[in-house]
Amino acid sequence: MKTRTINVTVNGTAYTREAAVRTTLADFLRHSLGLTGTHVGCEHGVCGACTVLVDGVSTRSCLMLAVQAHNAKIETVEGLAAADGTLAPLQQAFRDNHGLQCGFCTPGMLMTLTELLAENADPSEQEVREAISGNLCRCTGYQSIVAAALQAAGTMRERGKSG
Amino acid sequence: MSRLIGKKVPRLEDAALLIGKGRYVDDIRLHDVLHCAFVRSTMAHARILSIDSEVARRMPAIHAILTASDLASVLTSPRLPLGTSTTKAQNSSTPFVLQQKEVAYVGEPIALIIADSRAEAEDAASAVQIDYEPLPVVIDARRAVDNDVDIVRAELKTNVLNRFTVGYGDIADAFSRAAHVFSDDIWQHRGCGDSIETRGILVEVRPGGHELCVWSSTQMPHDLYYTLIGMLDLDENRIRVITPDVGGGFGPKYCIYPEEIAVPAAAKLLGRNLKWIEDRRENFMSAVQERDQYWTVEIAVDAEARILGIRGRLVHDQGAYTPKAVNLPYNSATAMTGPYIVPAYSMDVVVAHTNKVPVSSVRGAGYPQAAFAMERMMDLVAVKLGLDRAEVRRRNLIPPEKMPYTKQLKARSGAAMVYDSGDYVASQAETLTAAGWEDFPARQKAALAEGRYIGIGIANAVKGTGRGPFESATVRIAQNGKVSVFTGAVAMGQGLATALAQICAEELSVSAEDVTVIAGDTAVTPLGLGGFASRQLVTAGSSVHLAAKSVARKALKAASNLLEIAEESLELDDGHVRVKGGNRSISLAELAQIMRGAPGFAFPADLEPGMETSIQWKTEALAYANACHIAEVEVNIELGNVTIKRYVALHDSGRLINPMIVEGQIVGGIVHGIGNALFEFMGYDETAQPLTTTLQEYLLVTATDVPRFETIYRETPSPINPIGAKGVGEAGTIPAAAAVLSAVENALSPFGVRISRTPVTPEILFDLIQAGKARATS
Amino acid sequence: MKPPPFDYFCPTTVSEALELLAAQPNPKILAGGQSLMAMLNLRYLLPDALVDINHIPELVGTSIASGTARIGAMTRQRVIERDEALRRVAPILSEALRFVGHRQTRNRGTIGGSLCHLDPAAELASVALLYDAEIEIVGRNEARRTIPIAKFIGGFMTPNIEAHEIVAAVSFPLWKPGHGYAFHEFARRHGDFCLASAACLLERNPDNTIARIAIAIGGLGPIPQRLAAAERLTIGTRGEPDVIERAVASCSELEAIGDFHGSASYRLSVAQSMLRRSLKLALARARASESAP
Repeated sequence: MKTRTINVTVNGTAYTREAAVRTTLADFLRHSLGLTGTHVGCEHGVCGACTVLVDGVSTRSCLMLAVQAHNAKIETVEGLAAADGTLAPLQQAFRDNHGLQCGFCTPGMLMTLTELLAENADPSEQEVREAISGNLCRCTGYQSIVAAALQAAGTMRERGKSG
Repeated sequence: MSRLIGKKVPRLEDAALLIGKGRYVDDIRLHDVLHCAFVRSTMAHARILSIDSEVARRMPAIHAILTASDLASVLTSPRLPLGTSTTKAQNSSTPFVLQQKEVAYVGEPIALIIADSRAEAEDAASAVQIDYEPLPVVIDARRAVDNDVDIVRAELKTNVLNRFTVGYGDIADAFSRAAHVFSDDIWQHRGCGDSIETRGILVEVRPGGHELCVWSSTQMPHDLYYTLIGMLDLDENRIRVITPDVGGGFGPKYCIYPEEIAVPAAAKLLGRNLKWIEDRRENFMSAVQERDQYWTVEIAVDAEARILGIRGRLVHDQGAYTPKAVNLPYNSATAMTGPYIVPAYSMDVVVAHTNKVPVSSVRGAGYPQAAFAMERMMDLVAVKLGLDRAEVRRRNLIPPEKMPYTKQLKARSGAAMVYDSGDYVASQAETLTAAGWEDFPARQKAALAEGRYIGIGIANAVKGTGRGPFESATVRIAQNGKVSVFTGAVAMGQGLATALAQICAEELSVSAEDVTVIAGDTAVTPLGLGGFASRQLVTAGSSVHLAAKSVARKALKAASNLLEIAEESLELDDGHVRVKGGNRSISLAELAQIMRGAPGFAFPADLEPGMETSIQWKTEALAYANACHIAEVEVNIELGNVTIKRYVALHDSGRLINPMIVEGQIVGGIVHGIGNALFEFMGYDETAQPLTTTLQEYLLVTATDVPRFETIYRETPSPINPIGAKGVGEAGTIPAAAAVLSAVENALSPFGVRISRTPVTPEILFDLIQAGKARATS
Repeated sequence: MKPPPFDYFCPTTVSEALELLAAQPNPKILAGGQSLMAMLNLRYLLPDALVDINHIPELVGTSIASGTARIGAMTRQRVIERDEALRRVAPILSEALRFVGHRQTRNRGTIGGSLCHLDPAAELASVALLYDAEIEIVGRNEARRTIPIAKFIGGFMTPNIEAHEIVAAVSFPLWKPGHGYAFHEFARRHGDFCLASAACLLERNPDNTIARIAIAIGGLGPIPQRLAAAERLTIGTRGEPDVIERAVASCSELEAIGDFHGSASYRLSVAQSMLRRSLKLALARARASESAP
């Protein structure tokens, strides 16, 4: 069978699409669903630009077939901000700290850090660096991304306290 | 006090990028697009006996398989022009659009497959059969120089592309008078640009078939525009090149490529919209890279370690073709003396072809190699004479009272090399203090007692920035009072739009958020040069500054006319022209509406219609930025691996428009330089097959490989441009490898290790340590 | 770099998967995909059919009973890494898993996939060898067989498993509570394939002499290797410095390969360095465990 119909939920929206079985999840998101926020940088699972959350865990979408996402819940960069456009703390922190330059690695960074902060509300700098060690950036030298992650963690802890 | 200049204004680019609404070339939705893949050479040097695409042609979803013959009818030339904008300047070393006779590097494009999808195009590509007759492969640039038998391409008579000597002063005299002469052979390997976004091009054929719209992930849209006009014989009003969001340039996107000609040519031929997105393996095999330079250097000093002269020879690996007029080795040779006084200098440069990917600029473009060679020699002098390495440098740095300082060499543009401003001695002194240089020997001794090997290293560098002859800018007040800036400068992630918006908004008294910058679109900016050589902030920034000032003056004049109040009593404030200290005002929007003209409205004699100005601020000179980097490392001598413990970087990049953006450029640049020191190697085997064609084999620096960087900024405004700025895109990279490896050598000084190459891997250091141990025991 | 064309199947039971493997021409099992998908994208492999085994519940899960930890082949590496129960009885597993790729790859990568791919540097293969793990294989007609890891490892990236078989589970015979353990490796960057790794388990006698020890060296040769010579010479000792050095020296008896990333002699030095660290840490941990109440 060379194509399949799949049901997939992306950022809370359900989609039903036919996909060629050899289409990667990255290409499916970008071209079948038009969600071009997820980027393709290497197609061999090293650069991390294609990172999305699949059923809550960070995943290299270039190393997954779209058909494997059948019945899965996907979260991409397009789903991070609130419905009214308010940036998520991570996104705001990236903006405040110059955590992006060309922006190509950024969606992958954001999704990876979203997972980190969900499982670790108070990461150390080293833990942040290890978490993004599988996401390559050629522009920033990582320092501003780390600063952004730590700021976002702080913001989220504060919000958590205030309920 | 400046309202916006020097402020950390949050970037205008970020809003879209953060929510995944960037528009890179592969994001652009176009109706009815076919997809391209290239058949590329699998041999480093071979005659093509036949190209059999019969099977491939019949595969489903394949629309066309094109070779050079097929494109000949739409191309004015089978090969690219040399350098910039004209098709006339060709020589026998520019790349071919498609190769069908003799391939000269693995990855050279041979045929273009057009299919319904990229996957199907690749299916067909693997079914194309090419019959090769292997030819001798030239691998090593040094041997290529003397080898007249094995030539990289049959059309050449020699592998040597170019020989020249740069120098000045009486070099023989310098060496005859020397108290000491030291020499070294230095092998420098730089690698790839490796922006996270690869190359890509999208071509729309407008109805009628004679108009093209081209989007390319490029640093040079005007270059591409003029090259396509020449190569496809297009009416210049019937083609538009638009730069989309670019996911990093770093140099490789500065060249015009065969693929960027082949795809539009095919689009014109077939009358179809076409897209080609480079994959990462292609990027390693066909995007330009820098590679090997082999330096032999001698330095002559007097008894006080003051430099009398430097001479040497540099062999530069150019790769199989020359996509640009040769720049890197000229940059390296002329930049070597850096911020030091070198009374006599002579560098013989030989540029040699090899059967590998063509070589052109990667961030730093020859300057990192110059800095590395110079700084290695400064360390050598210090070590041999038992002097402090910073002190040896201090004795030779151009002192502030000698500025502006003229180097007796010409820059690549032909301009004199005049270091316009900067205090190199104070820069170094400030960095030494910040880094705790004086205390380090004691700390090093204590560490050694614990069996730990720590080291500290230093490197200085200068970079000529703001290369002319100009960059274009048009500033226009829109009908809604917001401001548009059109420029031939190109955004590739470096925050260009924000910086230009700040400069413009400052002069017009609007907020930066109300300025929209449209960069790199040939339809709205007929003249432009593009992004390379750390030039755009200076050149485009100056043009924007002057254009905005001109529009501001016009606004005042127009308002004066309309309000019937003297100009001296008016000022710009928050999108309005106001009476100073009064109530009356007129908004920029109103002014724009009035100035666009209406029947019955008579323009006064001294007021022209419209609210816009176009400026191309011209410059011949370069604004010289300087840097001093100090790195601290620890080396594990069992493994040879290096940990960077601390890194202090001082930069004088003139007046900083947005310090946050500057910091990003510096830190990112340093990390690239660290990659060059410890990680990045573009490997080839003995048949010139590339060995590092994925990001698993070619190592880029990751977040766990680098510390936080401590940055210090001195702002010596440049006197040679209206905004006092200096470029910053490459400055972080240039001294970084030298600083890191100076520190590594220092850490391994108990073993008498000398580091004369970059990059060094843990295994290389391990072997050096073992050799040092063997020497000690023998 | 798009994958070549193939048929795709997604069985939900082992027997369905086996039928597909038997019936399809040139099939390949798709487990975590972290190695396979990269190879497909690069077109290093051209299977005609992919049999996706990510939806077969019986291949997933961990049970600890009768002195054995049995881990289903399709259990994700991240799950193993964070399994508290496993960490108590076999702590070297989560220690080793910290070095396996990156969090994204461990979220999908599986233990079965890693063992079947059998990269010379694969941490899980090294640890399985360390434990003399048992590999449960299911074949035609759901026939099951269990073979020791040493027999499962055929050669360079070649497991001894037939095209129509599936690894169902890996069983680790557990060491005594409080055993010493350590995993060290050296790679160019965090998460890269290592140049060499050293894994060690040990148990002590009441008089502190080493009663039992296992040492596995990965990344050095084409397959992970047990360092039998070092195991033999450390038994009965207290792991004194000269014993450690002799154990470390015995690495030279192992097979070492050189390639673009490192020469054989350098890898050997790395292996020795890693082994020295692992032995010392395993001893320290065993000591520490013993003094704990």
